[in-house]
Amino acid sequence: MSKIMENLRYSKDHEWVRIEGDKAYVGITDHAQHELGEIVFVELPPLGEQYRKGEEISTVESVKAASAIINPVEGVVHEANEDLDGSPELINEDCYAHHLYILTSFSQADYDELLDAKAYQAYLETL
Amino acid sequence: MRETLLIEQSKQGRKAYCFPPLDLPKGFQQALPPLPESIRREQPARLPEVSELDVVRHFTRLSTMAHGVDNGMYPLGSCTMKYNPKLSEHIAKMDAFTKIHPLQDVSTTQGSLSIMFNLLEDLSSITGMKWGTLQPCAGAHGEYTGLKMVKSYYEKRGETGRTKILIPSSAHGTNPASAMVNGFAVVSIGSNEKGQVDLEDLEAKLDDSVAAVMMTNPNTLGIFEQNILLISKMVHAHGALMYYDGANMNAILGMATPGEMGFDVVHLNLHKTFATPHGGGGPGSGPVMVNNTLRPFLPKPDILLTDSGYVLDWDGEDSIGKVSMFWGNFLVLLRAYVYILRMGSEGLRSASAHAVLNANYVAKRLCDVCEIPYGEQCMHEFVISLEEYRQNNGVRAQDIAKALIDKGYHPPTMYFPSLVSEALMIEPTESESLETLDAFILAFRSILAQAKEDPEYVKGAPYTTPVGRLDEVKAIKEPNLRY
Amino acid sequence: MIYPYIPHTDEDRKIMLEAIGLSSMEELFSGLSEDILLSDSVPISHGRTEDEVQRMIDSIAQRNVRGIPFLGCGCYDHIIPSTVEALSSLPSFVTAYTPYQAEMSQGLLQAIYEFQSMICEITSMDVANASLYDGANAASEAASLMVGAKRHASVVLVSSTLHPFTLQVLQTWAKGTGKSLRIVKEKDGVVDLSLLSSLLDSTCAGLIVQSPNRYGLLESYEGVAEILHEQKALFAISNDPLSLAMQKSPGQWNADIAIGDTQSLGLPLAFGGPSCGFMAVKEALLRKLPGRLVGLTEDGKGRKGFTLTFQAREQHIKRERATSNICSNQALAALMTTIHLSSLGWDGMLEAANQSYAKAHYLAYHLAQLPGMTLVWDKPFWCEFPLVFSDSKRLRKFMQELRNEGIFAGVRLSTLTRKVKDELVLLVAVTEKRSREELELYLAAARRVMK
Repeated sequence: MSKIMENLRYSKDHEWVRIEGDKAYVGITDHAQHELGEIVFVELPPLGEQYRKGEEISTVESVKAASAIINPVEGVVHEANEDLDGSPELINEDCYAHHLYILTSFSQADYDELLDAKAYQAYLETL
Repeated sequence: MRETLLIEQSKQGRKAYCFPPLDLPKGFQQALPPLPESIRREQPARLPEVSELDVVRHFTRLSTMAHGVDNGMYPLGSCTMKYNPKLSEHIAKMDAFTKIHPLQDVSTTQGSLSIMFNLLEDLSSITGMKWGTLQPCAGAHGEYTGLKMVKSYYEKRGETGRTKILIPSSAHGTNPASAMVNGFAVVSIGSNEKGQVDLEDLEAKLDDSVAAVMMTNPNTLGIFEQNILLISKMVHAHGALMYYDGANMNAILGMATPGEMGFDVVHLNLHKTFATPHGGGGPGSGPVMVNNTLRPFLPKPDILLTDSGYVLDWDGEDSIGKVSMFWGNFLVLLRAYVYILRMGSEGLRSASAHAVLNANYVAKRLCDVCEIPYGEQCMHEFVISLEEYRQNNGVRAQDIAKALIDKGYHPPTMYFPSLVSEALMIEPTESESLETLDAFILAFRSILAQAKEDPEYVKGAPYTTPVGRLDEVKAIKEPNLRY
Repeated sequence: MIYPYIPHTDEDRKIMLEAIGLSSMEELFSGLSEDILLSDSVPISHGRTEDEVQRMIDSIAQRNVRGIPFLGCGCYDHIIPSTVEALSSLPSFVTAYTPYQAEMSQGLLQAIYEFQSMICEITSMDVANASLYDGANAASEAASLMVGAKRHASVVLVSSTLHPFTLQVLQTWAKGTGKSLRIVKEKDGVVDLSLLSSLLDSTCAGLIVQSPNRYGLLESYEGVAEILHEQKALFAISNDPLSLAMQKSPGQWNADIAIGDTQSLGLPLAFGGPSCGFMAVKEALLRKLPGRLVGLTEDGKGRKGFTLTFQAREQHIKRERATSNICSNQALAALMTTIHLSSLGWDGMLEAANQSYAKAHYLAYHLAQLPGMTLVWDKPFWCEFPLVFSDSKRLRKFMQELRNEGIFAGVRLSTLTRKVKDELVLLVAVTEKRSREELELYLAAARRVMK
């Protein structure tokens, strides 16, 4: 029963990506936040660092689980969402309104390879 | 009920201990320069200033807010909380052992070395291996050491493509973590409907990139892997090694050996199987035993018996090197040695037989009130599922566990292995008598009955402890980790 | 047949087997096939009574010889108050497991919390864990932490003056993992930090140094943290914690990681184990800290209570993504240190450290007057110092002569390094526990040999 947004792209590691101009916003999906439970900490990636697709970029933690965030598209970390520093529970409240970080100089090819909402829905059903 | 921190009981100038005065010549004392200012510490650390009786009462009160095997039954699955003999404690306090320095000339430490040497011999016999090392300080440390040897073995052979360790999905989390810290990738093997390794899945994943298969037997469900000889054969046919996690060795002492099952390397937990106390989380000891294939890779130094007595041998050129500061947790080794001397071969065999008897008895007496998913016959422990209580009454495994505390029992291991939903893993050990087991069974059944009649009460447990369930989210969000 | 520590009577077995539906104990093992079941008993001796075991051990114990130890190198004979053994032997501390069930383990958890606090105080750091195996393993955990904390970094800089065994444990740690150690060489018995800038590059995750170092000498780390931090590398200092009563702490050197072994704080020599490793870090590294951590929180009624916390860092949750595989700690050894420090207080700790300093310098001063051996480097030391002999024959004679007086004169550095060049170096440790008489006995024997 996970919530999925129509206009986003998804990775099989349960991250979502939204493009706005030259920026790619990355967050975790409703399925991911539900699996984790009450989130107590989000490790924010260092600014200015380049990450490849598939590289571990940060960690989201609940009391009894720690989940790696696998960077879904190559790019340079432009901004990390500081709001999450003191209020990681924002992700539980609305995971699509609160991104984890923003990439610039991102790879369009990587983005194009991501699942669309329908494909992600279908993927979730196989789990 | 709460005991204040000792630092809060502090009063300036109060002392619990006095040193003899410094009796060097006055002239020397006056001429002795202090440390250079550039490296000198000026600020004191905040430590308690209390009387000796304050110290004694503080720690005595703290000890009343703890529960050990000496307090009551401790059926914590996979931890083997058996009785820790008082004789071992007594001997481990003898000056002849506590006051020996690790770097004394070996001619003055023949007693300690002989204990280590003889312990290695006994552990070799018990595991069906050729020799081993006593350096690792804990089970996880043993895993680290054993897998490091596996790594070195393949490097020596030039088979650097063997980068994977296969581990059953039911394994303890330490297994994959130990593989990872040694630079291996972890591949999980599935289980079949009997809770045993899925042979087809294993076959599909075995190739020349596999370094070793890491297993416990009996496995974490308390079930003996019946295909173990076949598995060893398959693994060896692919040029890989068999690693035995000795967490569950208490089920098979004197009945079977990892060596006979085809394992190449074994780590033991002396604090589980050989009755050394857990000490609230250590110090333990995790010896690693190996067959001849891996023997050249054992850590340094080895202990040899020569014409002139026991010596430390540093020569092994393929050795992985040291894994501990000195020779291992000697006082733990000593306790285990005393236990083995007491028990002898028949006693150890009997310990395992009664551990299995106790587990099966408790399982049998509980199986009508809760599900035992991989039922039939278990070894020294078994796993129940309380899924039906969750679905029907909203009571979770954790609630049942907490309710047991009110009855004076330490709860079983919770939510492990993850193969079983709402799991509790129960390991009574051989130490408990029929009467104790019956009382535990009665308590357990009454809690399950209450879970149906008054689930809210059970969900609020425990009621008899100094504190109730603690806010773990607050512990993380507002960390308070020191005074 | 009655077996030790097994309470079952024949009647009990009969009742239990019947309940299970089996007719013999052998049937309990029906899951094991014939080709696995051992046909013979394992070839170890038969069981013995308590009295027999005690006698046997007493006779083995006689083969250990005690002397007056001037031995150190990571294991020191300090005074231990009687409270330590008495209180750490309380059965509910000794026979408990890791305090997973916080409600029934408040005492253990509080003791660990007090341990963490004391380690933070002594090292001037923010957060300490519940302990690690030993000092050498604390160093390899620090190396893991560093490598895990910096991207694309696989090199750890280590001082050549680390305890030789610590260095060996680190070498084992690096083996086969793609990580490597880069040695920072020494000059005049201490780490040569002028080499740091040239050795440090973007692949370096951090630096590990030790003071007192392998020779017993104290090192200075002025400006080191700044150089490392500029390259995003971390700084770890290993100390004998008792020495921190006198010398600057890791926090004061602006280090990121403090490590060491608390053997000098309440643990007996015990042939080298168990001891107790510790690690404390700056707050920014809290989530990278390996091992158990206890925190103070509240229950539903607002009552304060202790619990294991930040468990998401640990191996049982992170599995193959964990950066450390450590499960347990050395809880009972950490408890001994906690009781020791509670008994001593800061004044007592300072007293022990100061007296060790004074007595070590007294012995060193008088030995340095004798021909045939020198205190080779003019560097500050605390309770241990290196004597360099002119030839190995005299060194052996020296050790033998003192042995005859019941004195263990020191540790030859070559015992630790297995290197010929270290054969003439004798490391002598003097703690507050050595009496004036013992010091004079040492000196008299030394004067007889080194005429």
